[in-house]
Amino acid sequence: MLHFSRPKLILVLAIALIGMAFAVPNLLPASWRGAIPSWLPSSTVVLGLDLQGGSHLLLEVDAPAMRRERATILRDDVRRVLREARIGTTGITSNDNSVQVRLRDPADAEQALERIRGLAVQVGGGFTGVSTAMDMAAEANGGTITATLTEDGLRERVRAAVDQSIEIVRRRIDQLGTTEPNIARQGANRILVQVPGLDDPARLKALLGQTAKLTFRLVDTSMSAQQALQTRPPADASILYSNEEPPVPYVIKNEVLVSGEDLIDAQPGFDQRTREPIVSFRFNANGATRFAAATQANVGRPFAIILDNQVISAPRINEPILGGSGQISGQFTVEEANDLSILLRAGALPAPLQVVEERTVGPGLGQDSISKGLTAAYIGSILVVIFMIVTYGLFGVFANIAVAINVAMIFGVLSALGATLTLPGIAGVVLTVGIAVDSNVLIYERIREEVRAGRSPISAIEAGFDRALATILDSNITTFIAAAVLFFIGTGPVRGFAITFGIGIITTVFTAFTVTRLIVAWWVRWKRPKHVPI
Amino acid sequence: MRLLRLVPDETKFDFIRFRRVTLPVSAVMSILAVVLYLGLGLNFGIDFRGGSLMEIQTKDGPADLEQLRTTLDGLGLGEVSLQQFGADTDVLIRIGQQEGGEQAQQEAANKVRAALGDSVDYRRVEVVGPSVSGELLSYGTLGVILATFGILIYLWFRFEWQFALGAMIANTHDIVLTIGFMSLMQIDFDLTSIAALLTILGYSLNDTVVIYDRIREILRRYKKMPMEEILNLSINSTLSRSVITHVTVTLALLALLIFGGPAIHNFAMVMTFGVVLVGTYTSIFIASPILIYLGVGVARRAGAFEAPVAEDKASPPVVAGQG
Repeated sequence: MLHFSRPKLILVLAIALIGMAFAVPNLLPASWRGAIPSWLPSSTVVLGLDLQGGSHLLLEVDAPAMRRERATILRDDVRRVLREARIGTTGITSNDNSVQVRLRDPADAEQALERIRGLAVQVGGGFTGVSTAMDMAAEANGGTITATLTEDGLRERVRAAVDQSIEIVRRRIDQLGTTEPNIARQGANRILVQVPGLDDPARLKALLGQTAKLTFRLVDTSMSAQQALQTRPPADASILYSNEEPPVPYVIKNEVLVSGEDLIDAQPGFDQRTREPIVSFRFNANGATRFAAATQANVGRPFAIILDNQVISAPRINEPILGGSGQISGQFTVEEANDLSILLRAGALPAPLQVVEERTVGPGLGQDSISKGLTAAYIGSILVVIFMIVTYGLFGVFANIAVAINVAMIFGVLSALGATLTLPGIAGVVLTVGIAVDSNVLIYERIREEVRAGRSPISAIEAGFDRALATILDSNITTFIAAAVLFFIGTGPVRGFAITFGIGIITTVFTAFTVTRLIVAWWVRWKRPKHVPI
Repeated sequence: MRLLRLVPDETKFDFIRFRRVTLPVSAVMSILAVVLYLGLGLNFGIDFRGGSLMEIQTKDGPADLEQLRTTLDGLGLGEVSLQQFGADTDVLIRIGQQEGGEQAQQEAANKVRAALGDSVDYRRVEVVGPSVSGELLSYGTLGVILATFGILIYLWFRFEWQFALGAMIANTHDIVLTIGFMSLMQIDFDLTSIAALLTILGYSLNDTVVIYDRIREILRRYKKMPMEEILNLSINSTLSRSVITHVTVTLALLALLIFGGPAIHNFAMVMTFGVVLVGTYTSIFIASPILIYLGVGVARRAGAFEAPVAEDKASPPVVAGQG
């Protein structure tokens, strides 16, 4: 047990040294780290949001809203195809996931059904050719046709919406100029956003909470808003409110002249005359042409700029706007103009996002947590070190060296993996010190027993290691199972605990099997002890 | 240098005799814990119940809890609780889950911000909506169950099934007592508590496995020794290790408890209870004697343990005092 073959010795030393080398960059000041040659490890432990401060947001794509929206679109499509085919209906109704059509003449059922089925699209774009599921199914029952959105189709749409949203969320956050945001899909319909070192999560949430669907539409001047409110708006228009306080109602045509998708740029600025903050924008060629045509045909009439169903301004078209650029003024503050231009540049979200979980830690608390966590770690370690020396003397010193190497290796592995260190993670390191010491205790106690049983020093040490290692393995594997489960179910700080605890168990087993043994082996060869001093 | 011996070498304490006291006592304690849990309930934190938690720090002078309470009660947010947290400028505000889905939780937190304005620093804001809290609770419960079964299966492979079952009974006892303790102290039960529970599970098993390992070894060596003696011998010969490890873990935990700050105080407290007060006791007084009732000794006499002993290196039996 005490003999190490040369290759084995080199391997053990190499692993321990490389493990520790990865921890070294954490000790260097940031300015030095830039000077590390690229072939040397230079990554450091990433501090969790609870230590460096920042915001953790879990966003959810509003699937029911998407479902409702899909049902509305389906209803409009059904109405359109039936009108095109000149099939008479007595009523079209829709609920959250289906549309019902009552035909005037049940004899049309087959033709209507064919038309409506033509609206269905293959789920997943049909690239793979594997999926044959459609996003909608239609059935006729006498003179009534029911078109139902399929679960497959909705799921696929939610998935696509999440993918698209991740991209847009990333663009919006990048505009805030924060360092290294982490944006990832989580589950079927969620997006995890972690932004370190952000002072004001309110602004982040405001930026992410808006769909930012921008449309330019005409104001319906055939009746006043008051009239429309008292009776009902014209069939092709609806009542929308402004973002002022109190909100002002407008009658707005449903037809969209140009939408935000046609924007290629948006920048905050100031109106040259009024010095008011504005957002100036530019359309792409397609948008510019349509905007030019629309403004040409409607000179003298008001049009409305609508963001997420709110009228942000409704200016009069004084002259055709042919250049493809314009400006939005809506009594913005400078920050609002800035944020709006960010939203417009980044594009609209395919569906509204809701914040379902928020955890924000201010930088002050993070600093406090680090210093308290470190204090506890130092004091805990010092106490353990002293106790080990008092109990085992020289062998206690050996154990302490092994534990120190162990802790260095934990930080090395954390750095190499780019894993996150959280406050519970620091607690995990402290507890690992406890467990790592235990493996040495198991070995030493076994040696003590073997000495008492009458073995010679070297044979007692050999037997002690031999017998204790099986126990160390068994007891650590059970603890590791608990850590692994915690890793899979935990999020954020708790996962950070599972990571350091899990890595700690592995390095503990490694150091107990190799480092402690190696140190003792060296000592035995050097001292040739007549009795074991423990 | 004279080294510290916490446990004398010749210790031969009859631990197993105490099973007639410890097993009933533990059963009563477990029932008491369940009663506490049913009576007082766990103080679910926002992770599992939804709602908001804000840690604020007043900028000038100690926080005036009365005034804060009046301000916050005026917002109509339902259940709002205030608690001094660490320093006297630090206050923890808890707001219960609001009616009206995900958006309503955010609005509640915004209202508090609006009401308190810039007079305080927002050191921490956590808002958990109803859908997430439901999932976290089911994941947490699932996690504890999964870990328990994972360990059970591992022990079953490494030992006999009686050992696996004994360890499980013992460690369920630990979890039940810890949950009872959390009910009694009304400690916030959140994700960190699940982490604490799983760590207690891990530690306590660690302890149990060390003793079981020795029981297995001695069972193989002394084929005719009565079970009670085997257990006593195993516990006594690992006692020094149990005590020393216990002390080091206690030192580490006390450092966390005293110096770790309010953020991990609950975690450290639950861990201290579970590991320091319960874990080691369980391994010695529950996990070991229960093997008698699970029929480990009986099976041995029937020959189940007669498996050939791997080359024993002619080591003399490890019995205190033999040398």
